[in-house]
Amino acid sequence: MAAPSDFKPIIVGFLCNWCCYGGADLCGVSRFQYPPYLRVIRLMCSGRVDLEFIFRAFAKKADGVFIGGCHLGDCHYNPEGNYDALGNSFVAKRILENVGVDPDRLRLEWVSAGEGIRFAEVMNEFGAKIKNLGPLGSSEGREVADLQAGLEAATQLVPYFKLVERERFRVPKRTEEGYREFFAREDYEPLFKELVLDKLTMGRIMGALRAGEDSAGAIAQKLGVDPAEVARHLNLLSQQGMVRIDGSQVQLALAA
Amino acid sequence: MDFERLLCSTGPHEGQILRPSDKKHPHKVAWIHCVGSRQVTPGGNSYCSSVCCSYTQKQVILAKDHLPDMHAKIFHNDIRSYGKDFERFYQRAQKLPDVHFIRSYVSVGSEDPVTGDVSIRYTTPDGVVEEFFELVVLSVGLVPPKDAPRFSKVFGIELNHHGFCKVDPFNPLQTSRPGIFTSGAFQGPMDIPESVMGASGAAVQASFLLKSRRGQLSEDRVYPAEKDVSEEEPKVGVFVCRCGANIGRVVDVPGIAEYAKGLPNVVHVEESLFACATNTAKAISDTIRDKGLNRVVVAACTPRTHEPLFRDTLREAGVNQYFFDMANIREHCTWVHSKEQEAATQKAKDIVRMSVARAGKLEPLDEFSLPVDKTALVVGGGIAGMTSAHTLAEQGFETYLIEKASDLGGMASRLHYTLEGMDVQVFLKELKKKVYRHPKIHAITDAAVTGVDGYVGNFTTTVKVKNRVRTIKHGAAIIATGAVEYRPTEYLYGENDKVMTLLEMEGRLAKQEEKLLAADSVVMIQCVGCRNEDRNYCSRVCCSGAMKNALKMKSLKPEVDIYVLFRDIRTYGFREDYYREASNQNVKFIRYEPQDKPLVEAREEGGRSFIRVTAADPILGRNLELDVDAVVLAAAVIPSPGSSEMARMFKVPLGPDGFFQEAHAKLRPVDFAAEGVFLCGTAQYPKHLSETLTQAYGAAGRALTLLSRDTVVASGAVCDVSNDACISCGACVSVCTYGAISFEETPRGRKARVNAVLCKGDGLCVAKCPTAAISLSHYTDGEVFGQIDAALETV
Ligand SMILES: Cc1cc2nc3c(=O)[nH]c(=O)nc-3n(C[C@H](O)[C@H](O)[C@H](O)COP(=O)(O)OP(=O)(O)OC[C@H]3O[C@@H](n4cnc5c(N)ncnc54)[C@H](O)[C@@H]3O)c2cc1C
Ligand code: SF4
Ligand code: SF4
Ligand code: SF4
Repeated sequence: MAAPSDFKPIIVGFLCNWCCYGGADLCGVSRFQYPPYLRVIRLMCSGRVDLEFIFRAFAKKADGVFIGGCHLGDCHYNPEGNYDALGNSFVAKRILENVGVDPDRLRLEWVSAGEGIRFAEVMNEFGAKIKNLGPLGSSEGREVADLQAGLEAATQLVPYFKLVERERFRVPKRTEEGYREFFAREDYEPLFKELVLDKLTMGRIMGALRAGEDSAGAIAQKLGVDPAEVARHLNLLSQQGMVRIDGSQVQLALAA
Repeated sequence: MDFERLLCSTGPHEGQILRPSDKKHPHKVAWIHCVGSRQVTPGGNSYCSSVCCSYTQKQVILAKDHLPDMHAKIFHNDIRSYGKDFERFYQRAQKLPDVHFIRSYVSVGSEDPVTGDVSIRYTTPDGVVEEFFELVVLSVGLVPPKDAPRFSKVFGIELNHHGFCKVDPFNPLQTSRPGIFTSGAFQGPMDIPESVMGASGAAVQASFLLKSRRGQLSEDRVYPAEKDVSEEEPKVGVFVCRCGANIGRVVDVPGIAEYAKGLPNVVHVEESLFACATNTAKAISDTIRDKGLNRVVVAACTPRTHEPLFRDTLREAGVNQYFFDMANIREHCTWVHSKEQEAATQKAKDIVRMSVARAGKLEPLDEFSLPVDKTALVVGGGIAGMTSAHTLAEQGFETYLIEKASDLGGMASRLHYTLEGMDVQVFLKELKKKVYRHPKIHAITDAAVTGVDGYVGNFTTTVKVKNRVRTIKHGAAIIATGAVEYRPTEYLYGENDKVMTLLEMEGRLAKQEEKLLAADSVVMIQCVGCRNEDRNYCSRVCCSGAMKNALKMKSLKPEVDIYVLFRDIRTYGFREDYYREASNQNVKFIRYEPQDKPLVEAREEGGRSFIRVTAADPILGRNLELDVDAVVLAAAVIPSPGSSEMARMFKVPLGPDGFFQEAHAKLRPVDFAAEGVFLCGTAQYPKHLSETLTQAYGAAGRALTLLSRDTVVASGAVCDVSNDACISCGACVSVCTYGAISFEETPRGRKARVNAVLCKGDGLCVAKCPTAAISLSHYTDGEVFGQIDAALETV
């Protein structure tokens, strides 16, 4: 679906002070032009960008989120937070996908303080991409309210995710290769699905029930999730005593 | 200059370009270069003014911005874009629509009495053309100050034959009279960065003489006591800066100010023309006090350069300096959306709204002092490194000088004489001796830096010397790792021993090598390996290097034929005299175009082996064949090989061409954005020996300012743990490689605790903490949420 031509996207940008913010400044000093979509929040390190920031921006209907840090190996800080930004963006994209937000709406780039021209190029390219996707929800073909419910569930999950991340998803090697390998490992996907995405889906189902949905089919439609998946989760939830299933009717156990 | 005033918002027509004679908007404008410079006729100056090429380009770009339908022709001689990033600037001006650069001398004809237009005659490949222009701008050169002769008398200092201050070529800041130093364009025409470097360098030399009395006259700034506003509601004041035309011409500043009045918590809004001007800053602090403001937003430029200044303004008003936020509506808005005024105004309002939302949530913070280790570390033992190390040591500071080669000297060991005829080797020997013998300088050769830890005032650097590893603690660092000569792959270099680089020619001339002196004819090819797609910059020293070696060869063998194939001759400043001298001595200059490079082939004919160079002659319009005995390539100056590792270890950036990127191209040429690390010499960009020296003094001066303090102030924006929420998971402890977080036993169990002195405020731990127990002051979740929400409030 083509976006209307008068659509003016808003992209929330988290830029690290030392590299990307400096690159954006140099871009200005050099007068390289780019479209006026970006709203910048300056942080000291791209590693400060919490998953919650990303979900919050989309929940408030940002059309895109941009994270800009120093090139890998060039982080201003000793702990090299840009690797964490890299890991977070992998995870955030998987979660966004799960809740129905096009993961291409999130972009992570490395721009040094000397790369004014690159900043303009990235902004031109990402700006055009978001402009093309149209307002949040339009390219996804989903109601914004439904996406917001999903993002709310994702936000609820962040503390839990941080705990499992520490125990189960610690990337052993702090190199770009190391990160790519880790996220491409065969056992990563199933483990991530089991520990994170399934939890998220359950959270979203509970959210839908709380919002008044009462059939497996309606929930599946609302969440944009495969009905078989929804049924599987409902069974698990009912085993845990969280929901009651009565023929085609589903209810929250507590509400009863 | 008159034109620059026209472009300026504080100028006669508030930034509108109007013709002085009849106040008409001109649409056809001509610029004429080198007016009053590079001339030996009466009234002119023989030297090149060094700055006009680039300032003309700046004017063209700005004028085009003001008058998009302007047609411009720029009549020039050589285009001298020899400075850092100048080449890209030139290309940008060239790419503008309806802007044409024309290489031609011109004669200005008459003014049309009716239209007031002026005719200009110039040459094109098709002959002489006459054209009328509505406005003609003359790029008039720089001249010595009018009262220079009086100055010279009063201070007893000599002037050179151009009427500028006479300086010592091996210490360009030293006048002919000991104890008197100079800096800036009194030394000769120069651009802003060179002047700033010189100013710091001259100050450091003067301070050496006054060393025994250092600190006796300075007074500590006393700020008024800080007001406790914890019980007050936020009262935000918003100051919207026009920055002359920089902001004011693109966005609707009154509209933004009006909008800001309606934002929550805002109690006062004001516009200013230049918010950072000393008197304005003073007025702002008065307003803060008078209106009882407790939060301030300045909507202006980037906090990376101006935040410290405005924080100071708050302190002057008795308000905690962390109650301040900068809305960057210049670098991130007006400068990058200059064509979309409406959208830019909307964006500026959004940025202000985000800032105001943030300001409302800010909390007061205390800074604390950290001791400064009074030792310096200099990496690179070339002229730059040695000079700055020596300057620091002379001021009494212990200095480590790390050199990877087995001897000090760097590139200067391969230079023998300067254009002005000074003996480089004598100077170098003297300098090396001073450095090796200085009791406070620890010169370590065959050494490699392997790691850098710490922060301003307290660095720990590990250095590998042969097989030993040493650890050096220091408070400041200077990077002076220099640059190297490009090894050409073109023009038969390395295949034929008649082809050499300029530097190799210099070595052979210094030895008076017979083989070279046997040559009856020499071709010199300029711009080899730079000013191309791979290296989009000018190496700056090679044009003068060619003059130097051509003249040297002529002096050893007057009958030799020398041809210089060039693109632009960039003998800026007083170096122009030597270009003229070479011409007078019959060195032939032939221009070539980059798409039509000279061809070089080795030949044997009639028992003579020679090199045939074929070049297109743009003036004669045909190919020229030169059969010569030697070909000399002006090989580019390229970044030193270990630069990227060095940049990584010191956490400082490199620019697009691989040279180190200073904090601000014009105003902070020897600083990095990272505090405590400074830069000098060709590591920053190619430059002549004299310029390297100036910068080395400048860098030493900046390091000195740091080292002579006992403490540095550390930011209050650090992390803190709220015990109640901490579940002792250890996520923060393991992510903080500064070791700032540790566990502490409390009555309520084991809890994380932050050592504020070690915390650097990156906030990584905050993003890892599952319970939001740990928070980073000044960048709290609440503050960031406020900004996110404000950014999207209108959606
Ligand atoms: C090809 C060429 C021709 C030139 N011609 C002229 C001329 O004709 N006239 C003129 O005035 N100027 C000329 N110059 C410029 C002049 O050489 C410089 O201005 C000056 O020598 C630069 O001094 P420097 O100390 O900055 O760098 P360098 O002299 O390059 O010294 C840098 C030093 O750092 C060391 N180093 C590098 N990396 C490391 C590391 N990782 N760890 C430790 N040490 C390291 C190097 O070994 C070297 O000793 C020329 C330069 C070049 C490259
Ligand atoms: S505060 Fe910034 S924007 Fe305002 S005049 Fe100064 S430099 Fe320009
Ligand atoms: S020869 Fe060197 S100094 Fe001259 S224009 Fe080319 S790169 Fe610049
Ligand atoms: S991460 Fe948070 S909860 Fe865990 S130890 Fe640190 S402060 Fe406590």
